[in-house]
Amino acid sequence: MRSPILIGYWTMVRKDLVRLFRIWSQTFLPPVVTMSLYFVIFGGFIGSQVAEISGFSYMQFIVPGLVMMTLITSAYMQTVSTFYFAKWLHVIDEVLVSPMPDWVVIAGYVTGGIMRAFIVGILVLIVSLLFTHIVIFNAFVIFAAAFLTSLLFSLAGLINAIYAKSMDAISIVPNFVLTPLTYLGGIFYSIDLLPPFFRTLSLFNPILYMVNAFRYGFLGVSDVSLWVSFAVMGGLSIALLIVVMILFKRGVGLKT
Amino acid sequence: MNDAPALKIVDLVKTYDKGTQALKGVSLEIPQGEFFALLGPNGAGKSTLIGIASNLVVKTSGTVEVCGVSIDVDAPKAKGFIGIVPQEFNFDIFAKVIDIVTNQAGYYGIPYGEAKEYAEEVLKELGLWEKRNEKAQALSGGMKRRLMIARALVHKPKVLLLDEPTAGVDVELRRGMWEFLKKLNESGTTILLTTHYLEEAEHLCRQVAIINGGNIIEQGSVKSLLGKLNVTTLLLDTVEPVTADSIEGIGFKAEYKDENTIQVMLDKGETVNHVLDALSKKHITVANVRNSGSRLEEVFINLISK
Repeated sequence: MRSPILIGYWTMVRKDLVRLFRIWSQTFLPPVVTMSLYFVIFGGFIGSQVAEISGFSYMQFIVPGLVMMTLITSAYMQTVSTFYFAKWLHVIDEVLVSPMPDWVVIAGYVTGGIMRAFIVGILVLIVSLLFTHIVIFNAFVIFAAAFLTSLLFSLAGLINAIYAKSMDAISIVPNFVLTPLTYLGGIFYSIDLLPPFFRTLSLFNPILYMVNAFRYGFLGVSDVSLWVSFAVMGGLSIALLIVVMILFKRGVGLKT
Repeated sequence: MNDAPALKIVDLVKTYDKGTQALKGVSLEIPQGEFFALLGPNGAGKSTLIGIASNLVVKTSGTVEVCGVSIDVDAPKAKGFIGIVPQEFNFDIFAKVIDIVTNQAGYYGIPYGEAKEYAEEVLKELGLWEKRNEKAQALSGGMKRRLMIARALVHKPKVLLLDEPTAGVDVELRRGMWEFLKKLNESGTTILLTTHYLEEAEHLCRQVAIINGGNIIEQGSVKSLLGKLNVTTLLLDTVEPVTADSIEGIGFKAEYKDENTIQVMLDKGETVNHVLDALSKKHITVANVRNSGSRLEEVFINLISK
């Protein structure tokens, strides 16, 4: 017989899954369309004029980064939006009054973020096949980088939603923090092409490590050490998990 | 099943961030199987108390035990005993009725197969089974309120906390809900009801506590509280039309309401017979005697106006 905790967790996951597919035109379609445009414009029109990077065509070089961008945005948006609206409509009370421990509730929301990120990521990867040939250097690295990044940004979305008191508050971070960091995280270029100052500055951008670890899984090339990348992803995930656990324990933004 | 009180609250204090003290050391003990009303005006602290017991409000100090389990020691176990029906609608309005109820059962660790059976049972009981595949937003206000009761009962809680369950509900539905709650209590579920419909408390509950300004100002059986009533207000319907002058000097506190209605305030020891005799001497015949409102309401008003 399954444990009550597992049943509670699975109920949360099933609910999120049903919702994800119910509103597929908001969850799955927009990122696929956006990424298709990136493939056409950057990969097709502009990319054809750009020289190879690390021995790969420009299109092959940017595909892992664009998939990673999708993972980051999808994971973040899933938790920030579902948790914020659950809070706003007081639907969050359903789980808060239940016997599920805080960590199960957190796991439920975070799993929703990871699921959405993986589904959208796979769809974008499939679409990219229309534009280029994909090579896989190390499937485990791809999976581990995708998992840790989705986990990290699901937790980040959750923190944003916990503190958010208005709709504006859930769009400020994605628009003014996440998007610039993602664009400057080495998706479209190798940081080796940057002047020394900007190269050094880029090393302070955590998304750079995620993009490069993911790219290493596909192409076997990276601007930074793979181990450092995993240390950054793992370390930040643990740090954010601790923050979320503390916020839940104190009831910040959840209880009065 | 242990014999511990369904709910035991000792010296409960809640001070909100802005300094408002909603509870100022409330103590309350509700035995298992009780039907208990917590009465109080708006802002008295009723919802705060229920919120603390159900883990939606963080207490400042004091202790709360549910069926002998402290919410500080084993919150998940304590929460498992409770079903909560809040004042405001708090479900996903885009979800189907059946999903709202089965998901709640899942959060309480009930496997999906069993959850569906329990959901069917409780939705049929509350007259919502036909609506099970409709989205919650399509339900009427009364149905939404019943849905919240169904959701709270799906894990078969020992203690049901109802925060103003019939607020804004029409008379017919309110009566139906009362009958349902009575049956539920008779089957062994302890019920704590907050309300400001005093008629509701008088009709349903055996025990009552009156809370005002964060303090319990009176507590006891409905009977004992009514016993404290020093004045009873009655409305008398007369057969013939009366005037204000015609009831002067009858020897009781009487007030002319309209040409066929007199309001009389009886002090302790005075009876309806005394009034009828006095009116008869004035050649006024009474066709009907009515309570002016809830008797408990009079106790309540007396207490909170002190």
